[in-house]
Amino acid sequence: MSPRAAWRLETLGFKEVFDYVDGKVDWMAAGLPTEGTNAQHSRAGDMARKDVPTCGLTETLGDVKARVEAKGWNAVVVVSDERVVLGLLRARELAMDAAQRIEKVMRPGPSTFRPYVSLHEMLHFMVDHKLENVPVTTSDGRLVGLLLQKDVAAEMEKEK
Amino acid sequence: MPKEIRREGVRRLVAEGAQLVEVLPSPEYEEDHLPGAIHVPLRKIDSQARDVLDPNRPVIVYCWDTV
Repeated sequence: MSPRAAWRLETLGFKEVFDYVDGKVDWMAAGLPTEGTNAQHSRAGDMARKDVPTCGLTETLGDVKARVEAKGWNAVVVVSDERVVLGLLRARELAMDAAQRIEKVMRPGPSTFRPYVSLHEMLHFMVDHKLENVPVTTSDGRLVGLLLQKDVAAEMEKEK
Repeated sequence: MPKEIRREGVRRLVAEGAQLVEVLPSPEYEEDHLPGAIHVPLRKIDSQARDVLDPNRPVIVYCWDTV
């Protein structure tokens, strides 16, 4: 739709016309702000906990577990140096052999969600799939934070 | 010929005074639009563009995605 609009503007005499081809999806997936009626409601990116612990592929589970539990978490997101999500450790993985490397025990390629998804949609998905938490990422896979089902439920109760 | 532009280019040009235009229908614009975006639905471009936009300043149009 935007290419047609851009071409028409040029034929109407507009001198410098640009087409943001990736559009609103790209903008919102990057977690950038929007205006409008939906902007008043919290979304996945707003509620995702940005302080979720992260670790690299080559660390040992024992080191990561000690660091994570000291902060009261039972989940860790495995990321690259560029913060691209590579895997996830939940309580079950954290309880495995402490000498193992993270890449051997993590859940590879976890489902991730974009920051603009509504909390209503998130809660349905998380309840249906029995997920306590899910990573929220930008469209290029970089970690925004970890969304906890209990946070979503509490926020939706508050917004009622 | 219109030039394709990416997210960082949009932010830069808007900061420099470009006009940002969403061409989607009303319900979609009302729910969510980029900060400061002007609404000119595709089918209203012929009748409205010259009234609401300055033809001498850069214009960036966008819709939902590349489709």
